[in-house]
Amino acid sequence: MPVVGAPVVEAIDLRRTYKTSTGSLKRKSLEVEAVRGVSFAIEKGELFGLLGPNGAGKTTTIKMLITLLIPTSGTARVLGLDVVKDARAVRSQIGYVFGGDRGLYERLSGLDNLRYFAELYGVEPHEQKRRIGELLEMVGLTGREKERVEGYSKGMRQRLHIARGLLHDPPVVFLDEPTIGVDPVGAREMRAMIASLTDQGKTVLLTTHYMFEADALCDRIAVIARGEVVAQGTPGALKSLVADKTVVEIEVYGVNDESIERLRRVEGVSAVSVEERDQLQLLMVQSAVGAEITPALLAQFDGAKIGRVVAREPTLEDAYISLVEGDS
Amino acid sequence: MRSQGRAEVPAHRVILANWLFSMKSLTKSSFFVLVTVLQPLIFSTIAFFMFKSGGRPGSLLYAALGAGLMGIWSSTLFGSGGLIQWERFQGTLELLIASPSQFMWILVGSTLATSTLGLYSVAGTLLWGAVAFDIPLELAHPALFVLALPATVIGLGTLGLVLASTFVLYRHANALSNLLEYPVWLVTGLLVPVSLLPGWAAPLGWILSPTWGIKAIRYSALGGNPVPALLATVGLSVAYLVIGTRFIAYFERRAREDATLALT
Ligand SMILES: Nc1ncnc2c1ncn2[C@@H]1O[C@H](COP(=O)(O)OP(=O)(O)OP(=O)(O)O)[C@@H](O)[C@H]1O
Ligand SMILES: [Mg+2]
Repeated sequence: MPVVGAPVVEAIDLRRTYKTSTGSLKRKSLEVEAVRGVSFAIEKGELFGLLGPNGAGKTTTIKMLITLLIPTSGTARVLGLDVVKDARAVRSQIGYVFGGDRGLYERLSGLDNLRYFAELYGVEPHEQKRRIGELLEMVGLTGREKERVEGYSKGMRQRLHIARGLLHDPPVVFLDEPTIGVDPVGAREMRAMIASLTDQGKTVLLTTHYMFEADALCDRIAVIARGEVVAQGTPGALKSLVADKTVVEIEVYGVNDESIERLRRVEGVSAVSVEERDQLQLLMVQSAVGAEITPALLAQFDGAKIGRVVAREPTLEDAYISLVEGDS
Repeated sequence: MRSQGRAEVPAHRVILANWLFSMKSLTKSSFFVLVTVLQPLIFSTIAFFMFKSGGRPGSLLYAALGAGLMGIWSSTLFGSGGLIQWERFQGTLELLIASPSQFMWILVGSTLATSTLGLYSVAGTLLWGAVAFDIPLELAHPALFVLALPATVIGLGTLGLVLASTFVLYRHANALSNLLEYPVWLVTGLLVPVSLLPGWAAPLGWILSPTWGIKAIRYSALGGNPVPALLATVGLSVAYLVIGTRFIAYFERRAREDATLALT
């Protein structure tokens, strides 16, 4: 039974290695240390964000919490239940939603998909109709539920995924990049949906690559890089890590790697990130110096055409960039 | 706050839900439907010519029944093996494991669905045989025949289950499933009498339910005492179920250790 006041989700020094092999004749075994000692605790009703670059170990951490992967070492509890020893009890209390196109029965209708999972979760037959109706309404699929999933758009699939994950009204919900591939309007609706989950008293763990999404939704965030938690706190607290910094945004048409390396070495620069835009690259340079560093920065591009240059206050994204780039 | 779902979903509910769901999805696969419709025609034709050239016209029904069971075995093997591969490929295998329903009962339901559709294969083979080749459809013990048929379907289904459990762990078990189609036809006497095979084949057949299923079905159709074979079929089904339970628990755990539930 859950202990009153104890965290709803608790990860204690979780580790997970994958064994893989390469080559077909001369097989070489490799070990990937995907998660290397991750700990955090999520309180009841909290929306907790797990942020980190590709391959940081977010999905691996979630899969250990939802009983799909057995940790190499460490322990984790959901509602006080051990995810290895009490796996079945944990399963009935959690919902799991991941982003992307897979995980649905394509040849069947959305409704068939939901009915099937309602059965697998043991939702009582007389409850099913009401619950499925409610959820279709909530995710905005009412009227489309009888169509085959193979004809659904990305956004519709994602909505169906969310409805599936909530069929049994689980108190704890794990969302792994739930808004990936969804258009801006749809994603906004989905964020409102996610926010409403904690209003209902549910506890939510969310991963996303969209910083504004994390900023808008999460009560607390753990930033994870190379399998380790590098920072943890409220979005505000994480932002304050870079509060003394200034960010200079520079638009460059065709920047090369050498220029970026030179930028990193400019006195006072703490992090540089590059975002590909249509014709140009947007460089974000963090420094402790303030806007007066700008001329020194601009001197590092050998002749590349430069567009707009702005100095601004740091955002959560900048905090994130400085954290995941910081010690690399 | 508690979930509306149940910590332990009753086995009969999981089996029924999966049987219905699998019937629905299988009949929506045109490939599966094609195989199920065409196979009996091919089998009954093969059976007819084999026994015709053997100069034993009296055993036409004997051959047709064997051909029908070959159909059930194929669809069970294709169904149970293909099923897990397909679920993994689709990304739904993880969702099934993550649900509070026991994976064992999920598999039982789905495997029974494939063997049920295989039942059609028997009916189709007999019907086609009667229409095209005048294979007589007179049954010696109709009541026992009606018992022997579902018992055999369950016997094949549970054997399929034991095989399917290995597919949970091994991502490339499909090759194995294709490999098992013909040998099982042979050593269980579905294709030709086992007496025509080398001596070691018979004991191998004894531990496989189709051997006894086809005996029970043939005796009840053609005359003889089908009860011992019927009991052997039921007994083996129970044994497969016990072995299957152990295997699935073991392979599910191994798959969670080795991370083979998803394609990555
Ligand atoms: N089944 C697997 N076998 C081998 N290695 C794996 C497996 N799954 C993940 N990995 C590796 O483990 C590391 C962590 O992967 P994981 O999927 O947890 O990252 P992530 O933070 O979710 O990334 P993303 O943002 O891209 O989803 C990566 O290096 C990945 O290549
Ligand atoms: Mg991931």
